[in-house]
Amino acid sequence: MKRRFVETIALALLRGTALAVLLATALLLGSIVKGGLGVITWEFLATEPTQGMTHGGIFPAIFGTVCITLLMIVMALPLGVCAAIYMVEYAGNSALARVIRASVNNLAGVPSIVFGLFGVGFFILFLGRSIDRVRGGGLLFGQPAMLWAAATLAVLVLPVIIVNTAEALNAVPRSHREASFALGATRWQTVSRVVLPQARAGILTGSILSISRGAGETAPILFTGCAYFLPRLPIAHLGIPFTGLSLPMVNPLDQFMELSYHIFIMATQSTDATLTRPIQYGTTLVLVALTFLLNLAAISLRVRYRRGLEAR
Amino acid sequence: MKSSVLATPRPTRQAAPGADPAKVAFRNLSFSFPGRQALSGVTLDVPERRVTAIIGPSGCGKSTLIKSINRIAEIGTDVKVEGSVTLDGEDLYAPGMDLVDLRRRVGMLFQKPNPFPKTIFDNVAFGPRIHGVTGSGELEQVVETSLRQAALWDEAKDRLGTSALELSGGQQQRLCLARVLAVDPEVILMDEPCSALDPISTARIEELIEELRERYTVVIVTHNMQQAARVSDRTAFLLSGQLVEVDDTEKIFTTPADRRTEDYITGRFG
Repeated sequence: MKRRFVETIALALLRGTALAVLLATALLLGSIVKGGLGVITWEFLATEPTQGMTHGGIFPAIFGTVCITLLMIVMALPLGVCAAIYMVEYAGNSALARVIRASVNNLAGVPSIVFGLFGVGFFILFLGRSIDRVRGGGLLFGQPAMLWAAATLAVLVLPVIIVNTAEALNAVPRSHREASFALGATRWQTVSRVVLPQARAGILTGSILSISRGAGETAPILFTGCAYFLPRLPIAHLGIPFTGLSLPMVNPLDQFMELSYHIFIMATQSTDATLTRPIQYGTTLVLVALTFLLNLAAISLRVRYRRGLEAR
Repeated sequence: MKSSVLATPRPTRQAAPGADPAKVAFRNLSFSFPGRQALSGVTLDVPERRVTAIIGPSGCGKSTLIKSINRIAEIGTDVKVEGSVTLDGEDLYAPGMDLVDLRRRVGMLFQKPNPFPKTIFDNVAFGPRIHGVTGSGELEQVVETSLRQAALWDEAKDRLGTSALELSGGQQQRLCLARVLAVDPEVILMDEPCSALDPISTARIEELIEELRERYTVVIVTHNMQQAARVSDRTAFLLSGQLVEVDDTEKIFTTPADRRTEDYITGRFG
């Protein structure tokens, strides 16, 4: 009798906590959608802010977010995946491997604002200013820019990508590696032909999830490149020699607007925070939707690869 | 990698009368993992083109003994090796040993069937591919020859493009054998190859071993006394990392020289 009572209580408690999570998500998303849906129009998505940022759209911020996220992926993904492959497949359990593993785990626990300050100190003041000194001719690299903001975000998501990738690699059965080695495969052949094809789905989904996490961060880009308000897109026209034509290119040395930072500005730094409330809701909804889109991509990739794994 | 080698019989080696030439020779081999000595002072000859069975209770070092031949035992851990293991007289633990070449010459079948999650074709073609065979005609020929040798061709020929994981356990183990045969090894190691299989699949593997001995040197670790008696020419009994006795299988199972061997094969311990 008592045992059944305990069982009922335990079930009720566990189910309650699970429902609480669901409820929190529903409340959060519900209020964002409710407040933001009415604001979102084609004009809101496609135009820039006007009248002291109390009216108009958020196109520059969407553009900046997409650019910086892509730039971050280009920087962080190859680096993180390669580091994880080295850690799991090559370093084994040596002292060096243990030190690397410990530092990666510690890095993952560092607050994001610290990464922001690191970005200013290392990328802008040290790296950027050094380049400028060598180059001569004034400040170009040694100031906040999309390049450094993306680099800072890349450092932030790097440990998460490494940990996720390592997990995906470790999930490949040891017996498959043994079989490959026993057939005379080298380590790289084993990694590239046996381990990576099996781990690919896990690596991609894990990486996309960590990237979507990084894409919404504000603190790391706060000092490293995003702008309060930028009346133009971070685009430079690159001349094609001898043609007289020019190609618009994203300029990574320019500053940029960004969604999460825009929300922060609208809510705390605006001349009239009440007036901009609809813009805050709309911007939040767009940011959440973009992140959700990334997660959706991760999920569909996983599903597709799971199916494909059987045949490949 | 020449696939044509598969079709032509190996040249027979001149052997001294009355003695089988040792394909693999262990000389006073001691093998330790961190904090654990697996083998101590093992001296054993593995005759060419014979089936040698290694028997002994769990943890006696049987697996380590055969995995020391293709140097798989040392992967992912630190090992200390004293004494020597030779293949055709060549010291396998000499510095600068080419492990890729060694493992091409010494194939291995594992305890649990471990096909890659690839197609049947790609599983068998894996070895030839990593050793540089790229022509599709040549690959197809190696795959067919190997699958025939592993008695899987008739069951697999119409589904070479489907996943190997869809095969039954016994078929998977024969696929793994075909995968080994495709790189044309000289020695085939088997680490309890039937322990995960049902009796019918086991019988098929044993039939295959019977055929393999004509061309390959086979070393099989087994827990199953009857299996050792059925398939092997020579049997070695290992206990606590030491070789107790090695002799013709018939002799080991009828009149073993050592009391401990007799106790083990009659089931008094182990």
